[in-house]
Amino acid sequence: MFQITKRDELPTWQGVLIRIGSILAGVLLASFIIAILGFDPVKTFAALIGGSFGSSSALINTVTIAIPLAITALGLAIAFRMKFWNIGGEGQIIMGCVFATFVSHNMPASTPGVVLILLMGVAGFLGGAIWALIPGLFRVYLRTNETLFTLMMNYIALCIVQYLHFVLWRDPAAKGFPKIKAIQEQAHLPMLFGVHIGFIVAIVLGVLVFLLIRKTKLGFEIRVVGESAPTANYAGINVRQVMLTGVILSGGIVGLAGMVKLAGAVYTLSPSITGNAGFTAIVIAWLSNLSAPIMLVVSVLIAALEQGSQVIQIKLNVPSAVAAVIQGLILMSALGGEFFLRYRIVRRKREQSKSQKGDA
Amino acid sequence: MKKVLALVLTTVMLAGSMILAGGCSGTDTKATTEGTTTGGAETTAAGGAETTAASGDVLKVGILYISPKDDGGYSQAHAEGMAEAVAALGDKIQVFELENIDDTDAQATSAAIDNLVNEGCTLIFTTSYGYMEPTAAAAEKYPDVKFCHCSGYTRNDTNLDTYFGQIESARYLAGIVAGLTTKTNKLGYVAAFPIPECIRGINAYTLGAKSVNPDVTVSVVWTNTWFDMDAEKAAAESLLATGVDVMAQHQDSPAAITAAESAGAYAIGYDLTYAGAPKAYLTAPLWNWGTYYTYKIQQVLDGQWKVENYWGGMKEGVVKLDTLSSLVPDAAKTAVEAVQKDVTEQGNAYVFKGPIKDQTGAVKVKEGESLSYDDQMSMMWFVDGVIGEIPTT
Repeated sequence: MFQITKRDELPTWQGVLIRIGSILAGVLLASFIIAILGFDPVKTFAALIGGSFGSSSALINTVTIAIPLAITALGLAIAFRMKFWNIGGEGQIIMGCVFATFVSHNMPASTPGVVLILLMGVAGFLGGAIWALIPGLFRVYLRTNETLFTLMMNYIALCIVQYLHFVLWRDPAAKGFPKIKAIQEQAHLPMLFGVHIGFIVAIVLGVLVFLLIRKTKLGFEIRVVGESAPTANYAGINVRQVMLTGVILSGGIVGLAGMVKLAGAVYTLSPSITGNAGFTAIVIAWLSNLSAPIMLVVSVLIAALEQGSQVIQIKLNVPSAVAAVIQGLILMSALGGEFFLRYRIVRRKREQSKSQKGDA
Repeated sequence: MKKVLALVLTTVMLAGSMILAGGCSGTDTKATTEGTTTGGAETTAAGGAETTAASGDVLKVGILYISPKDDGGYSQAHAEGMAEAVAALGDKIQVFELENIDDTDAQATSAAIDNLVNEGCTLIFTTSYGYMEPTAAAAEKYPDVKFCHCSGYTRNDTNLDTYFGQIESARYLAGIVAGLTTKTNKLGYVAAFPIPECIRGINAYTLGAKSVNPDVTVSVVWTNTWFDMDAEKAAAESLLATGVDVMAQHQDSPAAITAAESAGAYAIGYDLTYAGAPKAYLTAPLWNWGTYYTYKIQQVLDGQWKVENYWGGMKEGVVKLDTLSSLVPDAAKTAVEAVQKDVTEQGNAYVFKGPIKDQTGAVKVKEGESLSYDDQMSMMWFVDGVIGEIPTT
């Protein structure tokens, strides 16, 4: 009866309208549920927005939550440009943190903070890059499915960090509580305007990724490989090399996101270090149409939902589960809107659908 | 290519909505339905929030819970305690609650504390062990806010103290019940982490059981999580499969109790009375946090705040053994009554009175002595009769 067909390019204003409309639809849907549960939707959303942007302390929390999301999304988007479906952000974040923690634990306490932070940054990049390169090599040389491969690598990374957490790196000074020793104190990222300087890293990376994709030869090659690998090959692009370079950059930046969160906000590696940034960032990358500057903005908006949902709990006594439902509905609607941006549903004529069946 | 893109989009949409809807502590979905009802009820309980906000001298109290505050266990016990304090102290205080804050996620914990302080809270209770470091950091960052951390050991001289209770006294009594109820002499124990808090509980329970039935053993399975209903259930089932007929637990949800009922076994709860398994529930060591919260908040209201290491017991009423259910045999009732007075009076000193041997048979507490407070707080060994391992580092 119905058929989904790809849309032609939409005019910008129409695209913006669809996006705003879908988010509004999510807000309406959420309001409906909030009202059914006996809370005031207007008050709830006012508290949510006020709680994430309304004061400097709220804003600091929002930005702090946004930093790892933004950097992870920037990294993942490079892979997505090549149609390399890197679902392994979680694992790459974890491995970035594992490598960075290893460096911090093994450098003498006399190491100056700047040196230690830079070394940890390099280590974080390496950790993430290696974790992405493994499925990358398999994809390039053995044509395995990278979506599943990167996803599975998440679980391996999680098992590794659990092993470190409960056994190998367990801090004997923690009176039996399983935890890894915190990183050295001079490795904590400095603060600026009350936020750790990871936000500068995110902005700088945003600019770099934008320039990489738009202005460099490698960026051009990455885009061509993503559009069509045979075309790229025909044009004389070394597809394997481009893809592996892109994957290393992608995983490396995601690993760096982990290192930044570790050194900027949590200081201690734990199995829950990612806060699901590896998955949330996939949504951010797609909502932003893989555009680096938009990703920075969308990360802040998603972080605001997270921060605001704590505030509505505090102010209005909305249970955390309801706050989570609000977040989920808004995101689902926003992503649903993306679907309508790319596709449209047309009614198919009956005869056609019959013949289609006959073919099958 | 279109198909691939469509597929990926759909996957991402699905994954995204699931993951984000969860805020992802994995168990949220289950809590959703129950969460809403109690949440509504809590609004009235803590309800000064909206109406009394105007008056300036109202003490704003914040509290963090690791799981949903209607988890049927640990957090609910704290939430009910706080509600009791609100009932007792009326509009002199205003309570702000944050639930489901992962205690291994320092960023989320710090943000939660920031948000409470931002709301004007000047007294904040953090109710899980893992909150210790972020709480200590916050105490430094906000010298004008008073922090009370549950179950930890980090205190400072001015605005950070700790509280917990001698729940082991009640666990000892629960052990007596289990020891005289079991027919297979195999007791099971699902516990969260191999940390002194849980190990103390297992030991107290075992000592209680063995005091009335020297043939019992207590098998321990670690879940490495405070709150994960699936993991708790799976751990309980693995024990039940080995012939365990009385299940006990040190977890935040009642999943082990329901697992026991499904297997036709008995169960000892924790934290709260559990009415959901009438064919299994014997009794439970209970927290009665209302006693503490009322006491501590009153202290601040009176301007008498002092840094302390609160460790109340049955005598103070912070812990107690639940009323024994009709499933408990008379012999067990009698045995509990026989020691109830002494246990109440002496608390953990009674429970950990020598001679106590460890798993290897070596005497750890000599006859006539009792394990000191510090030794209880750092207990990293099992008493004789426990089957299980404490991972070493």
